[in-house]
Amino acid sequence: MREKTPQRILFLAFLFLAMSGLFLSARPSAVVLAQQPTPSDDEVNAIAHQLFCPVCENTPLDVCDTEACRQWRDLIRQMLAEGRTEAEIKQYFADNYGVRVLSEPPVEGFNWLAYVVPPVAFLLGAYLLFRAFRTWQRLAKEPATADSPQVPPAAADDQYAARFEEELKKRE
Amino acid sequence: MFAEFGFGILILTFALSLFAVGAAVFGYYGKSDRWVESARRAQQLTFPLITLAALALIYLLVTGHYEVKYVYSVTDVTMPLYLKVTALWGGQPGSLLFWSWLLSAFATAVTLRKWDRDREFLPWVVVVTSVTLTFFLALIIFFENPFVRWWQTLSGDFVAQMFAPSGGVLATPNNGEGLNPLLRHPGMIIHPPMLYLGFVSFVIPYAFAIAALVTGRTDDRWIRLTRRWTLMAWLFLSCGLVLGMRWAYDVLGWGGYWGWDPVEIAALMPWLTGTPFLHSVMIEEKRGMLKPWNIFLIILTYSLVIFGTFLTRSGVLSSVHAFAQSAIGPMFFTFIGATFIISAALLITRWKDLRASLPMNSMLSREALFLLNNLLFMGILIVCLWGVLFPLISELVTGVKVTVGPPFYERAVGPLFGALIALMGIAPLSAWGRSTVRTLGRAMWKPAIPTVLTPVILFAFGMRNWIALVGFTLIAFVLFITLHEYWRGVRARMNAQGEGFFTALGRLAARNRRRYGGYLIHIALVVMAIGILGIEVFQTTTQKSLATGESLDISGYTVRYDSLAQFDHTDGRYVTRAVLSVFKDGEFLQEIYPRYDLYPSGQPMTIAGVRTTLADDLYVVLVNWEDVSTALAPFKVYHNPLINWLWIGSILFIIGYLVAAWPEKEQE
Amino acid sequence: MTESLQSESKRGVPLWAQLLIWAGLLGLLALVALGLAKAKTPILTNGSAVPEFTLPLYEGYEYGGAADVTLAALRGKVVVLNFWASWCKPCESEAADLEAAWRIYQPGGEVVFLGVDYVDTEPEARSYLAKFDITYPNGPDMGTRISQIFNRNLGVPETYVIDRQGILRYVKIGPFASVEEIQAVVESVLAGE
Repeated sequence: MREKTPQRILFLAFLFLAMSGLFLSARPSAVVLAQQPTPSDDEVNAIAHQLFCPVCENTPLDVCDTEACRQWRDLIRQMLAEGRTEAEIKQYFADNYGVRVLSEPPVEGFNWLAYVVPPVAFLLGAYLLFRAFRTWQRLAKEPATADSPQVPPAAADDQYAARFEEELKKRE
Repeated sequence: MFAEFGFGILILTFALSLFAVGAAVFGYYGKSDRWVESARRAQQLTFPLITLAALALIYLLVTGHYEVKYVYSVTDVTMPLYLKVTALWGGQPGSLLFWSWLLSAFATAVTLRKWDRDREFLPWVVVVTSVTLTFFLALIIFFENPFVRWWQTLSGDFVAQMFAPSGGVLATPNNGEGLNPLLRHPGMIIHPPMLYLGFVSFVIPYAFAIAALVTGRTDDRWIRLTRRWTLMAWLFLSCGLVLGMRWAYDVLGWGGYWGWDPVEIAALMPWLTGTPFLHSVMIEEKRGMLKPWNIFLIILTYSLVIFGTFLTRSGVLSSVHAFAQSAIGPMFFTFIGATFIISAALLITRWKDLRASLPMNSMLSREALFLLNNLLFMGILIVCLWGVLFPLISELVTGVKVTVGPPFYERAVGPLFGALIALMGIAPLSAWGRSTVRTLGRAMWKPAIPTVLTPVILFAFGMRNWIALVGFTLIAFVLFITLHEYWRGVRARMNAQGEGFFTALGRLAARNRRRYGGYLIHIALVVMAIGILGIEVFQTTTQKSLATGESLDISGYTVRYDSLAQFDHTDGRYVTRAVLSVFKDGEFLQEIYPRYDLYPSGQPMTIAGVRTTLADDLYVVLVNWEDVSTALAPFKVYHNPLINWLWIGSILFIIGYLVAAWPEKEQE
Repeated sequence: MTESLQSESKRGVPLWAQLLIWAGLLGLLALVALGLAKAKTPILTNGSAVPEFTLPLYEGYEYGGAADVTLAALRGKVVVLNFWASWCKPCESEAADLEAAWRIYQPGGEVVFLGVDYVDTEPEARSYLAKFDITYPNGPDMGTRISQIFNRNLGVPETYVIDRQGILRYVKIGPFASVEEIQAVVESVLAGE
């Protein structure tokens, strides 16, 4: 039902935007699901961590201590034991308890806006900044006129810095 | 008695502060210095008055006057004295009073200075600070009065109001409900004041910016006057954020320090605009550029402060940290709307007076790189703001509630922060006005060598995660470059002045506090980044029910469950405490004691048992939501590599700040 | 003090940018105002028409022979809509009373009781229904779509009584104390037309 490709393209676009330094936090998202009679706590938590408690605000399901959450974790365990995949379990939770149990809005319909607006706004900002750079650079190329602005006198620390640079140059 | 006294004082202060607004406006337009002076004095009087009101409330809290509803709701007889005092900010009404008190303290401090050279700013600074104060006092007086008391009416009902209902008798409960246990932590005791201090001190630069806009005195005087205030606001805000992280790490028991909760983000957002502001004002000071942008940034910062406060206190957003729903929403909304609209209108009408296009020679000059830094911060801000607002929009438009959680933010913000770290390495080497690839390259090649070696060495030691490799390389880049800058300066002094290393270092920093303090802050930030990268990328976790004597393995450690004790604490808590032994390579290291306290109110609190070293934290939680027994107890174990560098970095940060901002003799 | 204002290029903010700024600002304020209004009155008010919804029923329950029930199909009957969950302790205190009241009204055919199971797991829900021997139609609140109609911040138990025209007439937050209390409410809605 949910398409994977546009989601991936968006993520890539977003990644690209922010250029060089990338440190995404990659949490181990998919534990390989072994078909075993009673799935371990870790296997349950790996999925519960990606879901939010439907009755408390902003609490991931793996650290929520209400009775209700405990039932939901048991449900995950049971579904794992039945051999359901992680995607199926998440889908089941979203269908039954509303999409707000997912840690992100699913990329469909109106929710596209959630993913599109920040990169577009960022690009727009980058464009405006670039345009301003160009204007300033053009100003720099023009010969200085009589009423062209005075650069304020460098502050004390800059003078010091300049002297210090001089000092360095003499030595190197 | 004290309740009436406190309330009376609040009303008096409210009137006084209204008068200050009126007198200042009248004085400005009537060109009457006497009225302005009168406004200033009225404003200065608010501080001692609110101090009295706050002291009255503290007195009630400490002496256990449970007939006062606020005292009843945040204290109980078992609480120690210091907690009773700090319960002043443990609930909405008290924290609003505390906030007003800080605001009046700052406003008074700023109007106490000599105004000879900046007389025209004075009335408007008084107006902005007094309007804000009046607003907060109005919230307290009309909606969140901390002095409201319990009364029993003739019909036997209990009502909470300020004055006796007809025929009502004062009702004094024997005990209060007590402070939320989650708030009984040293981090929580200083975290809110720090945040409030940070929030409140941003009012001062904002007031000056507005004064500059109204009076049309648009040189950089307002920036020079408020630089120290802005820096202080920034320090408090930063400390508040870090303390909040530490609190979350210690008492929330989910092995993390930051959950991208709307309330956390609301506190982060002013930091995201305050930080670029600190950088871009330097461009204005040095090059006279970007005036409108700087004013915009400080207006935005202040707006985000009040917007964040509004979101978390009005019930619009729900979150673990949010205050209970209250009636202050509409009034708060009006205040915010007025602030936004007036600020924007002023800025737009003054825009053309502020504009100054100056030549810029190079895209690699310091000012160009600072602007890039501004862009990246704005990018992070947009992600955060949009993430907070989107659930609201979605619910209004489609009627569907959605969650915007950690993956959304982490994916978007991670690369942006990475790019910022890269800039942190390059920008300090670039010069104002002129920089080329060659000059930068010349300054950079030496520290670049160890930087390039960093990923190679890490790879050789088995690190295969590319995010970590890139991240650590960037961190190394900043570290080496900044240390090299220090070294260049120190060596120059040693050669020129013949000083020893430490003398040279000390004098170097003393001669140019802002630069070398700033560098130290950069180092502190990348040290913090080491911790963040460590826990975000390499955190491992496992959960298992252990029988006595049984053990589990995680990341080279072995944790053995030894015993469990359950007992009543003197203050009524029911404590379940496990004893575990930590081993590494078969060698016993230490015992740790994860705990689970159940408070009489039914609120549980999970305290992790932590073995902490510079390399990693072993963080063990007694999983109280599963069945716990002596024979079999479930534990959740987190291995958090490098997390301590986050806390170490924040201490370095404060040192760096002190170097940068320590008052110098006879400035200006 | 150096005045570094410039005489040339003294342009104000272009009109399109001004419009954009004001639109953005007012949009933000409108959004917040609407959010605030919703937060202040999260509950559907008495006297308003209840929007259409469909409740899928748990296995073993049916209404008019169908495996789900829509509000439209209940026009002409008084509907007692009860939200509950198996993890909810207060719900247990009213469960028997609700069932008893249902058995009083069932023969008359004028009143329908519906149980909506709010964010619950099916096995636990089934044992809850069996434990209290609940016979009126019950089903899960899929995707919390039904509860969102009635109360943005729903807690359980909550009960909503809808009249024959599909107008909300009574809201009960928290459990009913007795069968009599339920009867009194139902009678008043039955008579109120």
